[in-house]
Amino acid sequence: MTEFDLVIVGVGGQGAILASDIVGKAAVNAGMPVMAAETHGMAQRGGSVENHVRLDCRYGSLIPRGRADAVLALEPAEALRAVDYLSPDGVIVVNTNPLLPITVLSGSADYPAVDDMLLELQGRCKRLVAVDADSLAVQAGHPLTTNVVMIGAVSSFLPLDVQSLEDSISSLVPPKTVDVNLAAFRLGRKAADTTD
Amino acid sequence: MSDNNVRYLLGNNAIALAINECNTDVVAGYPGTPSSEIIEYLARMKPKGHVEWSVNEKVAMEVAIGASWTGGRSVATMKHVGLNVASDPFMTLAYTGVKGGMLVISADDPGCHSSQNEQDSRRYAAFAQVPCLDPATPQEAYDMIAFAFEFSEMFETPVVFRPTTRICHGKSDIKLQTSAPTEHEIGFEKVPQRWVMLPAHARVRHQVLIDKQEEMAAALETSQWNRLEMVEGARLGIIASGVASVYSKEAINRLGVKASYLKIGAYPAPTGLIRELAGSVEKILVIEELEPVVEEIVRTITSGMEVEIHGKDVIPRYGELDLGTVELAVAGAAGLDYTGYTAPGTDIELPNRPPVMCPGCPHRGSYYAMKKAFGKDAIFPGDIGCYTLGVQMGTMDTCLCMGASITVSAGIYHAGETKPICCSIGDSTFLHTGIPGLLNAVYNSADITVTILDNRTTAMTGHQPNPSTGLTVLGDATFMVSLEDISRACGVELVLTTDPFDIATTIDTFKQAKEHKGTSVVISKQECIITARRRGIKLTPFCVDRDECRGCKACIKFGCPAIEFDPPEAEGEKGHSRIGNLCVGCGVCAQVCPFNAISEVET
Repeated sequence: MTEFDLVIVGVGGQGAILASDIVGKAAVNAGMPVMAAETHGMAQRGGSVENHVRLDCRYGSLIPRGRADAVLALEPAEALRAVDYLSPDGVIVVNTNPLLPITVLSGSADYPAVDDMLLELQGRCKRLVAVDADSLAVQAGHPLTTNVVMIGAVSSFLPLDVQSLEDSISSLVPPKTVDVNLAAFRLGRKAADTTD
Repeated sequence: MSDNNVRYLLGNNAIALAINECNTDVVAGYPGTPSSEIIEYLARMKPKGHVEWSVNEKVAMEVAIGASWTGGRSVATMKHVGLNVASDPFMTLAYTGVKGGMLVISADDPGCHSSQNEQDSRRYAAFAQVPCLDPATPQEAYDMIAFAFEFSEMFETPVVFRPTTRICHGKSDIKLQTSAPTEHEIGFEKVPQRWVMLPAHARVRHQVLIDKQEEMAAALETSQWNRLEMVEGARLGIIASGVASVYSKEAINRLGVKASYLKIGAYPAPTGLIRELAGSVEKILVIEELEPVVEEIVRTITSGMEVEIHGKDVIPRYGELDLGTVELAVAGAAGLDYTGYTAPGTDIELPNRPPVMCPGCPHRGSYYAMKKAFGKDAIFPGDIGCYTLGVQMGTMDTCLCMGASITVSAGIYHAGETKPICCSIGDSTFLHTGIPGLLNAVYNSADITVTILDNRTTAMTGHQPNPSTGLTVLGDATFMVSLEDISRACGVELVLTTDPFDIATTIDTFKQAKEHKGTSVVISKQECIITARRRGIKLTPFCVDRDECRGCKACIKFGCPAIEFDPPEAEGEKGHSRIGNLCVGCGVCAQVCPFNAISEVET
């Protein structure tokens, strides 16, 4: 059984589309049918971004609420915004670094405490993996590899082998950045394996 | 195992590939989400045929029509509301018919992800009496294109192809076909009875159009896009169309419902299959996104039959469908005790994260200066583009459709509104449908200021070039139209150009325009920061001098996402602004700061 429904969320500009492409292309390379839905248009404009990736799926691309096997969040508030998609048996993999929306920057709204949000997320899933992906991205060699760190962090839950995912990364990122991105992927994967 | 003919593709990329494989001679369109990537991918394939971004959808449709009448295969592509603009040629095209195969791609946006309405293009097809294909998956979208061209040529009819956002912006494994190359003879033949829609010819062609309906419907009925799956002894029948058919199939399978199932992907809807299904069941549930196009036909066919029909009484007529909504309807029709999923909910209040103008976006400076010069009580009609986000700055009082900023402004003025009126419209939108409105405003003496927010590109839909960019879709240099010259040619007496990164001058420019009696134009010209940076233009970022910052928040109110506020650390302090690493160095906040506390980072 390799059916797996993954919701990937983040903020426009964080590379959520590349993240879902890595998973989708790895699935196709492994001969697995896949359906994905993407948010376009708001990608460069700082809005909430939500992608659905359904592995081993021949139906529609949208994952219904309460049904996702995992939510991968590139930002903690976006994790909470998307948590209704998660099945009670599901996994949340979340980057702990907030990106403040304009409503908070301008003082018209408050940003909740990250610890409170993590606690709430904890109560909504079977397993929570909280990762400081921004630091790991810097450690890997470039702050813009946060999205690939997070793919690494969710990778051991996916019905895809490491090689397919790494091949997919190598074929999708700019050639000069392959090594940095593979390092980011491995750091993320290791971080998730060592998180309780 | 991986198959060389299977690729992971965006729906629009798959559609573009299919168009290219069909040896299409002319593809014309105007960008609009979710359709834009079709032409973008096609241009990257360097096709043998001609590809263009047209100035608007009506123009695109007519270019494609000309190509078809000359024997070429053609495509006009646009978003659903674009078909409104192109509806004039479209409606009469149904009468004339086509010679080379012609597709009208109208991408629908159920749920208004990035649109001002969610109209259903299937209605347009029915209105024009033109066949319509409604793909359920990106794979089906790819497969339908070659069929659509052949069908179009066989019946001399344009074919409406209606993908929705989930098809256009869905990705999946696409199995590619190898199709035999087709030949089309190019040459315009003078046939006035076909191509000259004088009343005498139009009356004849209308009858021709009506006469071929039955034959077209019969050919579509048995096409592979419709599929009837009869289940022995089933009392429930489910009919689903387009993308709703995959939600319905999954719901039936997951819930284990015993139902006969009819999937519809081609219109006019298959009356024979509907009748066959209706004759075998007690109850029918019709599942379709938006309008009850299929349901109305089902009700007509089954009138007098003993079968109960459900559709829009349980499936919303608005918004986008998903599996959850469809499961509830299917379970209800099947009499299952199923309530779906109820989320536990949370007490934590999440801040909204609306899309915003980018750091360094020139529109922010334009709007800041506009508001300073005109005052917040002035009326600010607006238009469609990134700058519609000006609603967050209080400079977007109306937004209706492409080009309506200028015309609505004139109407507000002629109604007797005495407050100053200053509208905004982007460069691409101005060239799309703004010019006739400007000409009309001058002609009829509307005392308004028209601001053309000229960022040298069609930014919102992904930076497509337009006639003022000076580049074609293929990136080739072409004539670069002058917005100043067009404005003057429309009869505007006061045409001023300003750089929105220079706030003081831009405020003065707007004040001059406000004082002017009659229609004035301000062209606020500065390249979109995204295209500028892609071209390699890097400016020195700015920073806040904490000793000079008084915590007045003037820069925070300016609304740039690069500027954050550090609250006071001790009582009696005011806190400080801080510029983060999103800063691209436009320098406008330094001009907005009343205490000269913002300056370039020293390098």
